[in-house]
Amino acid sequence: MAKTLYDKLWQSHIVEQQDDGNCLIYIDRQIIHEVTSPQAFEGLRAAGRKLAHPDAMLAVPDHNVPTSADRATAVNAKDSQIQLDTLAENCAEFGVNYIPMLDARQGIVHIVGPEQGFTQPGMTIVCGDSHTSTHGAFGALAFGIGTSEVEHVMATQTLVLKRQKNMRIDVDGVVAAGITAKDIALAIIGEIGTAGGTGYVIEFTGSAIRDLSMEGRMTLCNMSIEAGARSGLVAPDQVTYDYVMGRPQAPKGAAFEQAVAYWNTLVTDDGSLYDKEIYLKAEDIAPQVTWGTSPENVLPITGVVPNPDDVRDAERKIAMQRALDYMGLDAGTKLQDVTIERVFIGSCTNGRIEDFRAVAEVVKGKRVHANVVAWAVPGSGLVKLQAEEEGLDQVLIDAGFDWREPGCSMCLAMNADKLGPHERCASTSNRNFEGRQGPKGRTHLMSPAMAAAAALTGHLTDIRSFEHG
Amino acid sequence: MDKFTKLSAVAAPLPMPNIDTDMIIPQKHLKTIKRTGLGKFSFSNIRYHDDGSEREDFVLNQTAYRNAEILVTGENFGCGSSREHAPWALKDFGIKCIIAPSFADIFYGNCFKNGILPIILPQAVIDLLLDDASRGANAIITVDLERQEISGPDGGKISFEVDPYRRHCLLNGLDDIGLTLEKKDVIQDFEAKKRLSQPWLFKD
Repeated sequence: MAKTLYDKLWQSHIVEQQDDGNCLIYIDRQIIHEVTSPQAFEGLRAAGRKLAHPDAMLAVPDHNVPTSADRATAVNAKDSQIQLDTLAENCAEFGVNYIPMLDARQGIVHIVGPEQGFTQPGMTIVCGDSHTSTHGAFGALAFGIGTSEVEHVMATQTLVLKRQKNMRIDVDGVVAAGITAKDIALAIIGEIGTAGGTGYVIEFTGSAIRDLSMEGRMTLCNMSIEAGARSGLVAPDQVTYDYVMGRPQAPKGAAFEQAVAYWNTLVTDDGSLYDKEIYLKAEDIAPQVTWGTSPENVLPITGVVPNPDDVRDAERKIAMQRALDYMGLDAGTKLQDVTIERVFIGSCTNGRIEDFRAVAEVVKGKRVHANVVAWAVPGSGLVKLQAEEEGLDQVLIDAGFDWREPGCSMCLAMNADKLGPHERCASTSNRNFEGRQGPKGRTHLMSPAMAAAAALTGHLTDIRSFEHG
Repeated sequence: MDKFTKLSAVAAPLPMPNIDTDMIIPQKHLKTIKRTGLGKFSFSNIRYHDDGSEREDFVLNQTAYRNAEILVTGENFGCGSSREHAPWALKDFGIKCIIAPSFADIFYGNCFKNGILPIILPQAVIDLLLDDASRGANAIITVDLERQEISGPDGGKISFEVDPYRRHCLLNGLDDIGLTLEKKDVIQDFEAKKRLSQPWLFKD
């Protein structure tokens, strides 16, 4: 019978099918960080349990690390430091491969895993972080889990799971100049909503997806969770293999060839049935920007702030008004007239080398607007080094950007990196929830190029007219 | 884990859709290495004023709902982050059952791991429960997991579906790591086969 990519990944990891329809699923890899792992280690310790496979784990601190230039000596908040120290201690005690903050390889877990070749096609990969969907870009079944499940995987290398449904989102054609994976992701969320993918694994197909680099595919799969789907998938191809080959933890030589032979089978068979299919035309996708406090509150940059009076459902009307009040926006305002004070380039969504190249291209030889504070936070130390080798850091610094050390930073504002109350930010991150980037902070999600253009003009800007005008 | 069998309690109405995990437990409270003590921070951005005083317009601050153990809420509850701090905070506050038209997947699973029962019901039924809940402390709702049945304050019965394995674990307060470890041999057999077919995955 014809199988989808998800069916193949699921079935190849079934250890045992339970009578009640749940399956015991084998987990190949787990990544951990300092925020969602301490209670799991504590649980193991309390029960006298060991790690099933320390070698199948990778630990990197990211959420709480300072991103200032003086991070080596910077005094971190006491509770942040306790989490960082606890991760280091737990990894030493349980024998987990740990990349410390001052190691050049340190960065956001979802950027480091792929960089190290820890992420490979065909695997099941989990992490106590919802953006684990990122790794689906390699044709791996990857999803975020809670701390109890982190502990379950630590102790058993498995999880008890129910099969998800299959959704296909096909984006065919060629995107217009200036349109990126982030715009595709936001357009999809605008189409299906933040709960549209709940209960599904989304496989992204179509020529516009095939045309994406690995960085672009990671951005797209990263945002699957914002559409409600725990996992996104792109079938592996030569682009994937070229990325994986030669990475420190990737198979080498004959083993790599053997792996590729298997990875080539990880495609959806002709005639497979999906439970739901969505079709988008690449040509129709305009640069996207969010106006509210949910990623589904998204519109093309040419749009205007919507009017709650146009919404019929009472609760939705209230929610929209609440979002506009929070964001300090009036219905009918042109999105391009919305002024900003902050810019954040970074996060597991858009903190990769390609993202900084895109920003550098826009801001080269120009200056950040006088009213704007702009930050660039590389997703990892290796991204930072690469950008510096290419001279991108100097381009950004010359334009007035603050070029920082790697970490999650202002995507979730757990450390000192945050918006002030009512500050408005053009952000390349993934969530615009109330308070996400700091209490009362206002987030507009967009692509790196769009955020760069906003940094220069001081207001939300259409990258297409900006480039040509 | 605490058992969940039958609960009779006040239900608080919170009909907002898309209540996300940042709203349930803001990021600044994630810097703990413990599972307990987060109740006072639950919903803190919408529950307190900047000076730390309580907002009267937030339902759980109102006298009738201070001891609510059931939350009746809007669609896509718990969307966003995978942080288990969200159910930890709700549990620590005293919430043991959440009834909504839909939940985000990760949050939904996390509830079961912490003795919280999430129940999915159609919006029309939720609307009735919201009416019941709006009567405050005068309207006790009973949730019976054994019978998979909710009894309203006026005696009406609503049945609900729940995954049998999760129901079993909740009813008996089972630690599912312990259950899985009983299958150690099956897991080792699976691994042995995988080592042969995909040897590049194993470093040890």
